[in-house]
Amino acid sequence: MALRPDLAIIADAVPAGTRVLDVGCGDGTLIAALRDKGVDARGLEIDPANVTAAIARGQSVVQGDANHDLGEYPAGAFDYAILSQTLQTTERPDRVIEELLRIAPHAFVSFPNFAHWRIRLALLWNGRMPVTRLLPVAWYETPNIHHLTVSDFRELLRERGIVVERAWYLSGDRPTSAAAASWRAEHAIFLISRG
Amino acid sequence: MTIDRPLPLDSGQQLASVTIAYQSYGTLNADRSNAVLVCHALTGDQYVACDHPTTGKPGWWARMVGPGKPIDTDRYFVLCANVLGSCMGTSGPATVDPATGAPFGMGFPVITIADMVRAQAMLLDHLGIARLHAVVGGSMGGMQALAWASAYPERLVSAIVIASAARHSAQNIAFHEVGRQAIMADPDWQGGQYYAAHAPTKGLAVARMAAHITYLSEAGLTEKFGRRLQARDAKSFGFDADFQVESYLRYQGLAFTDRFDANAYLYITRAMDYFDLAEAHGGRLAAAFAGAGDVRFTLVSFDTDWLYPTAESRRIVQALQSVGAAASFVELSAPFGHDSFLLDVPALDRLVAGALRNGG
Repeated sequence: MALRPDLAIIADAVPAGTRVLDVGCGDGTLIAALRDKGVDARGLEIDPANVTAAIARGQSVVQGDANHDLGEYPAGAFDYAILSQTLQTTERPDRVIEELLRIAPHAFVSFPNFAHWRIRLALLWNGRMPVTRLLPVAWYETPNIHHLTVSDFRELLRERGIVVERAWYLSGDRPTSAAAASWRAEHAIFLISRG
Repeated sequence: MTIDRPLPLDSGQQLASVTIAYQSYGTLNADRSNAVLVCHALTGDQYVACDHPTTGKPGWWARMVGPGKPIDTDRYFVLCANVLGSCMGTSGPATVDPATGAPFGMGFPVITIADMVRAQAMLLDHLGIARLHAVVGGSMGGMQALAWASAYPERLVSAIVIASAARHSAQNIAFHEVGRQAIMADPDWQGGQYYAAHAPTKGLAVARMAAHITYLSEAGLTEKFGRRLQARDAKSFGFDADFQVESYLRYQGLAFTDRFDANAYLYITRAMDYFDLAEAHGGRLAAAFAGAGDVRFTLVSFDTDWLYPTAESRRIVQALQSVGAAASFVELSAPFGHDSFLLDVPALDRLVAGALRNGG
């Protein structure tokens, strides 16, 4: 099965031979791809059915919550931490990002961009919280409690002195430019570090 | 198998020679790399996947161990040894003391989980197995697996620890003490020297009844028995086993005395109560695993297990993470309480199979 485009980008960008923690790893799809290329990838996942599936695949995954359990990992335990499509569901995204960069010197963070033109239009014309391909759930039942935009994220990093090493912006499955990302990107992936 | 080498014990005493009764399943491969040690629980034995010689019942983990099972004896050489202090052939209080020609009874030295593991390591030496593909255990078996990882990390590829703990809590000790007092209050116990006369079966049965309650969940008991009466339409206004749950417990207690020695029960429960992996490492559990950074761990707890609850497994996982060991952990949902590790929980089967295939 082909990897989700953002996961494919991350899997491609992580160097072989490194140690990686995938926070919110689901059933271990990305971990499997990383291990195939010789990465020591482990996971943290909240859903026990997903954890069971990942362990049954022979992976090292711990059941836990990104909001509360990242503190259990020692500083610098990994080379890369990965948080894909999870930031907007956390209680305090800023603290989670700080934790990622405590556990590892580099972190991949990917999230849906709430300033994508389709969302802007939906709000402008309908005055309703948009339900889109990447954000498919109505406002009252969505796990996405902290919607953010590419600009919001860049601003948070600037405030906290966090450096963007690389960034990828996706419109559908296709890349789009950094300059137009604020309204063109449905989805953004950042590789960040303390610089 | 008898080893004529002294076994040093945590108490400072030693056993001059040790007999270890074990069963093996499957075939050891040419490079001796496919051995899996299964550690049994308090009242378990080496008959993990074959019929019990006394009761005739199938092995206690026959659903987990066997050809094509999660611990696949077509792939792995599976060993299970009766623990030190037990009564199914390994040296314990019922064994004859060569010095006196009579059973040890209370003269048997008090042993620990680490002593059990030291005896197992001697067995592996004897069999020429330098390194285990995995050590696997539930409950007290999990304690042995943890003790293995602490004492002999270089001899392990992986450890699978199910429904277990790195130390006995005050509540755990309290329940065991009730059982021990029941045995020692039985007039037949005779200070442990009952082997020539009647065994203290009444005391041992009560001990088993009390312990059995701790292995089940309240919801499980309610579902299985509720307040239903046993073979009668109305309460007897007496002290017969009116309720099904009473009848069940009495049966469990009685059946247990056919296959277990009361003194062995005293010794093994004591070993569990003394278990605190962090104690010898300045109270820091992580320090107990300092050498185990290359061992792959899989820990499983059950949501209805109040004897060795999820929080205890999490505490172990946290210690393992702090030494950089690859650790997996999941809390499975199962209705059977602590006993879930022995019962039909398909997710557990998948986990164990996956963890083993990957070397833990």
